[in-house]
Amino acid sequence: MAENRPSASIEAVESGLAAQGYIASRQIATAVYLSQQIEKPILVEGPAGVGKTELAKAIAAWRGLKMIRLQCYEGLDEAKALYEWKYAKQLLYTQILKDKLGEVLGGAETLHAALEQLHDFGDVFFSKEFVEPRPLLQALEQPAGCVLLIDEIDKSDAEFESLLLEILSDFQVTIPELGTVVAVAAPTVILTSNSERDLGDALKRRCLHLHIGFPEQKLEERIVESRVPGISQTLRKQMVGFIHEVRTLDLKKLPSVSETIDWARVLVLLQAPELGHEIVKDTLNVLLKYEADIEATMPQVSTFIAKATRQNVFG
Amino acid sequence: MRENLHRFFRAARGAGVRLSPAESIDAMRAVAKIGFTDRSVLRDTFLLTLAKTQDEKKALGDCFDLFFDQPEPSQPPPEDSETDEKDAPESGAAADSPGDAGGGDEQAEGLGPLAQMLLAQDRNEIAAAMANAASAASLSDIRYFTQRGIFSGRILDQMGIQRLRDDLDNLTATNPALAERLTAALDGLRDTVRETVSQALMLYGREEAENLRNEILRNAPLSRIEPRQVEQMRHLIRQIARRLRERYSKPRKRQRRGHLDVRRTIRRNAAWGGVPFLTAWKRRHRDKPKIIALCDVSGSVARVSDFFLLLIHSLHEVVSDVRSFAFSGHLIEVSDILESKSPEEAMAEIMSKVGFGSSDYGNSFVDFEDEWMNAITPQTTVIVLGDARSNNLDPRADILRRIGERSKRLVWLNPEGRMAWGWGDSEMPRYSTFCTVVRQCATAQQLERAVSDIVASYQ
Repeated sequence: MAENRPSASIEAVESGLAAQGYIASRQIATAVYLSQQIEKPILVEGPAGVGKTELAKAIAAWRGLKMIRLQCYEGLDEAKALYEWKYAKQLLYTQILKDKLGEVLGGAETLHAALEQLHDFGDVFFSKEFVEPRPLLQALEQPAGCVLLIDEIDKSDAEFESLLLEILSDFQVTIPELGTVVAVAAPTVILTSNSERDLGDALKRRCLHLHIGFPEQKLEERIVESRVPGISQTLRKQMVGFIHEVRTLDLKKLPSVSETIDWARVLVLLQAPELGHEIVKDTLNVLLKYEADIEATMPQVSTFIAKATRQNVFG
Repeated sequence: MRENLHRFFRAARGAGVRLSPAESIDAMRAVAKIGFTDRSVLRDTFLLTLAKTQDEKKALGDCFDLFFDQPEPSQPPPEDSETDEKDAPESGAAADSPGDAGGGDEQAEGLGPLAQMLLAQDRNEIAAAMANAASAASLSDIRYFTQRGIFSGRILDQMGIQRLRDDLDNLTATNPALAERLTAALDGLRDTVRETVSQALMLYGREEAENLRNEILRNAPLSRIEPRQVEQMRHLIRQIARRLRERYSKPRKRQRRGHLDVRRTIRRNAAWGGVPFLTAWKRRHRDKPKIIALCDVSGSVARVSDFFLLLIHSLHEVVSDVRSFAFSGHLIEVSDILESKSPEEAMAEIMSKVGFGSSDYGNSFVDFEDEWMNAITPQTTVIVLGDARSNNLDPRADILRRIGERSKRLVWLNPEGRMAWGWGDSEMPRYSTFCTVVRQCATAQQLERAVSDIVASYQ
């Protein structure tokens, strides 16, 4: 695992991610580089479908690390995110060891001695053996380090945020019965958020804050090129130009990068030589997810195609 | 360089980016790794470590550009400071425009360093000297625009203006032509210093100036603020709304004591044959506030109502249900207008519908009882905002009593001072007997407290 050492420079990050098919902007590469250098989590915000989750996957693939994903939702708590006791196993063991228990306690003559022996016994039952590690604890226990993706943190409750604070700042968790578990190797932590609610200041303070917006036209063309290699250069330029025009409209949900890629795939599949009025009209539902948005865009399609084509000729 | 970073952090705070010491430490650690060579990377680094929202990123980006685009003066490499004073340095700070350094060569002997510098017209050198003087005068401590003169004076003193004046006096006698050139150069220097100070004020003084202005605004009577302040006041109200949202939108930890939720406990422990390892407790359901606001929009109360409605309607996260009504002679519901339009348009429309009449509280209450009385539930807080001046018409306090009985709380906010209640045509004493709370509400600060109390009563 030669790639495991901290990347030498920002360019190395950029090319490393590019090798995994993730075209990162300079700012994203800087964030990834910094998070390795000063060992801080990255909080990624931005509209849906701009590649927030993809970034974590690309980092994991590039550095040859395991990726552990924790999907947040309302009601997520300690037992599902951090650790849980294996109650059933504990119960089963007590049942099986019942006879043994009698033997152990049989030797004790006074109540005090029996209690002493029972103490040792109790500690056995609250040991690592009976802890069921959930994603967060798993991440700390990876010997080679890992990429921990905490997805859509804004969907979880405010209490869960507070639970994360210890992990994010010190890479450790405290389990009352066992003590503090410190990370074997500090994991690379990526948190993503769709800004559905404002995150607490305490959480934000512990992270590098990266905002991924819609990419610039040149960058988006490169992304399409790497994701959909079969597409011709003219069509690529036209469709990206078209999408950038669509994004200027006031829509309910703007098409983001994932939609661009889907659309590119569809256009390749339909073997469209270039962007035409008909084909755009037929495939607009790939790009826009609301009826009202499609209706708002429909009358503008011709203008946008013309603009995109003209740009293509002069640019 | 550390000095410069600290100055930048201070400037960033001035630009409205909330920076904690921990964040500035992070930024410094990051900068130590990144270095200063590439400005765009440095900019990205600051944006990543310091700014935590999109707005802050924008503000910080602007601040970064302003800070590092200053005429290099305020950014001198510190180790040059000694050499600058004595002899002409080769390096100095990066040149703004090294083109016009070829001016006068006839160096007059026996002149002070500043005079020589000015006559040589070496911009780099002057800039560097000015930067040193600026840091010696601790220019970054500037806070108010009234301090501009003091700081300009201090910088000029540091640069040796005293000696220059003596030189000038001598030269006028011996070499008038040279003296004239020197005077012109001195004027130029004064302008540059003034500019530097203004820029520093913009960078470092903004926070203080804004705080001062907000403090004044918060305590100004809403009904008497000038039209040009309305926009600022709206901004302030939005800030207040944000603060209230942050304080009250987070669900407080619910009580875990009380009754066992048997149904959920059994279901949760099914895996262990119903042996209750995990317990589930009944939770207390907490209501979000429901508010019905009745606002007088006649005369001087209109402006207060305007801000009040703006505040109430920007509390979506905290308040589940708001219905607003406006009245002067009669009463209409205005919730939809406020939800769908911008504050200015909405207020204009409301005023055109019900505004500018003489207020008739009795009639308006009758309107409310006829149509909307059953909107009031035992969870509702009813807020009446008005001066209770009913032009000697029937006050219909009996309706207000019924409103009070139906609702959780009835709050009356009156923009007038307590002294005026009950004088002239004010019906306040009669109304106040039926209200849960009566309070004065004339300034933004009082408005914040009033709304905060109402929301807090649901927590």
